[in-house]
Amino acid sequence: MRKLASLFKHPLHELQSDVDEAVSPERYTMLRRKIIALIVAASLIPLSVMAVLNYYEHQNAMTREIQNPLRVLVNKTKNSFELFLTERTSTVSLIASAYSYGELADADKLARIFTVMRTEFEGFVDLGLIDEHGNQINYVGPYALKGKNYAEQRWFQEVRLKGKYVSDVFMGFRKFPHVIIAVRHMAPDGRTWILRATLDTRQFERIIAGMSLEPDADAFLVNTEGRMQTDSNYYGKVLEKLTFPLPPQTYEPTVVSMTDPLGRDVFLSYAYFPEADFVLMAVKPKASVLKTWYSVRGDLLFIFLVGVAIVLLAAVGVTDALIRRMKEAEDRRELALREVEHSQKLSSIGRLAAGVAHEVNNPLAIINEKAGLMKDILSLQDEFPTKDKILAQVESILRAVDRCRGITQRMLGFARRMDVTNEELDLGELITETASFLSNEALHRKVDVRLEIDPLLPRIVSDRSQLQQVFLNLFNNALAAVSDGGRITALARPEGDGVSVTVRDNGCGMSEETLKHIFEPFFTTKRGKGTGLGLSITYGIIKRLGGEIAVESTQGVGTTLTITLPKGQREALA
Amino acid sequence: MNKSDWKILLVDDEHEFITTLAERLELRGINARVVFDGESALLAVAEAEPHVMILDVLMPGIKGLEVLERVKRTSPNVQVLLLTGHGSTRDGIEGMRLGAFDYMMKPLNIDTLIEKMESAIDYAGKAAKLGR
Repeated sequence: MRKLASLFKHPLHELQSDVDEAVSPERYTMLRRKIIALIVAASLIPLSVMAVLNYYEHQNAMTREIQNPLRVLVNKTKNSFELFLTERTSTVSLIASAYSYGELADADKLARIFTVMRTEFEGFVDLGLIDEHGNQINYVGPYALKGKNYAEQRWFQEVRLKGKYVSDVFMGFRKFPHVIIAVRHMAPDGRTWILRATLDTRQFERIIAGMSLEPDADAFLVNTEGRMQTDSNYYGKVLEKLTFPLPPQTYEPTVVSMTDPLGRDVFLSYAYFPEADFVLMAVKPKASVLKTWYSVRGDLLFIFLVGVAIVLLAAVGVTDALIRRMKEAEDRRELALREVEHSQKLSSIGRLAAGVAHEVNNPLAIINEKAGLMKDILSLQDEFPTKDKILAQVESILRAVDRCRGITQRMLGFARRMDVTNEELDLGELITETASFLSNEALHRKVDVRLEIDPLLPRIVSDRSQLQQVFLNLFNNALAAVSDGGRITALARPEGDGVSVTVRDNGCGMSEETLKHIFEPFFTTKRGKGTGLGLSITYGIIKRLGGEIAVESTQGVGTTLTITLPKGQREALA
Repeated sequence: MNKSDWKILLVDDEHEFITTLAERLELRGINARVVFDGESALLAVAEAEPHVMILDVLMPGIKGLEVLERVKRTSPNVQVLLLTGHGSTRDGIEGMRLGAFDYMMKPLNIDTLIEKMESAIDYAGKAAKLGR
């Protein structure tokens, strides 16, 4: 949990805290992961909660929609059964009370009554009159049951007690499933008799067939002992034991979920009969009734997965874009900082150089004048033995002073970075002229110097002497880098709103480490031969002239320096 | 005009430098008066206008450029050559704007200095003629 909390807390915190630090690639990777995790978590948690809620809501609704019709169907069918039994019982009861014992004991009369009954109500198989001692007095039907005594049978006892009796399905003498309806009647004179009719259970099958169930569904009657009262497609034939336990007793139609003995997940709808010993059951496999739900569930899952995929893609896309922007901003910031640092370094070194040059120039001027005076005086003297030697020493001092003057003047030149004096100039001409200063050395070392000046190169407004110094530096460096017989190419062409000049050599090139420092003052690779100020001055001049300088180099292949300069404004000349 | 007739005033707080320079000029037949600060320079000009004044820019007290400005106001015919110990062309250009004839950087080449003095005196002469 704490880990989850830290996940939510850290990414933004890191975004803030990292602003002032250089961000390493590993930290970007970590940050990327955390932001993606945050976006995914923030999007997927509500999405998942919604999906789960929807899932259960839909499932419940669908289940209700499936269970309700099943419950109604069982209720209607149970009513049909009850109506069927009630009608038959009432008919037998009516005959028992409408006719006298004598009339019912008359074989012809009972036969006529039975014929009418069978015409009006289907399902009657036979009809018999039994006296209070259990003897069958009269009988109409397919069997010879007249004279049979039922005094010991359970149904006889029950009908004497309750007045009406509807039996379970049983085989009896007839060897086919049937149901008995028996009604007791007491005449006003106190005489009691029982009218007993047998019903064919094929009527039950017909009522169940009226439910119009699908082939994989099933409906049947059982008694409260779990004995089948009608045939079932899956759970046993009539009078066999039901293959699963009876559900709890309820007279209201009820639906329960269960796994049947065949291993199928099913809905079982059932209702107990209040007046008879029957339970009506309807079984529907979930696989078929929930087909719609499974299709909806598939759709829901598909939508959820598409949602997750979109969230993941968006999270990765947005985070990558964000990290890319951050990296770019960081790079720009670092570049800007480096430039500021560089120019600050140049400026402080410049101030130092100016101070040193000024302090050195005054004593140097004194040495110069003193030595000059010595030379003057010596020149006026007559010849004496060591005159030439002393004169040579003085000349040497003056030469040393000259050298020092050169150094201080270069230092001052660097310090003030020379003031800009703009004029309209032909850069191609300037490059050609500057390259010619070095033509002697190039010729001597057989270096091939090629100048490719685009004829459409526009004239620019810039500082001639500073640009000369820049190109002199670049050509000097290139000459130093190439070996004898090497090649230097200068390419000048229009670029955007200005010009670009590329100076390329096939010299020794530079390492990445050297490349990082080449524009720094006093950095040199010429081991004592260079001042280390050349490229630093070049950099300063180009920046001040509003241009850019870039360098590419591969060790052993060569170096390319590219300078871009703005065209400049003629008005600037005013 | 002969070099011996030139009236030169040297102004610099570096005693060793400026006296030695004066001595070297003298050896070349040029008379030069030496002063070591701006106030003395103004007094010297007031006493006797030189043809050329060699004036150091950076001095304690009154600075070279102020001396130049005041001299040009009172004695416009005096030609001034500025001396600077550091390489700022800004001082030189500012000096030219204030009326200096030219500026030079230390250490000096004495022959160049004499050439510039000669040019300054020529220029002053021509200017005077035109003025007349």
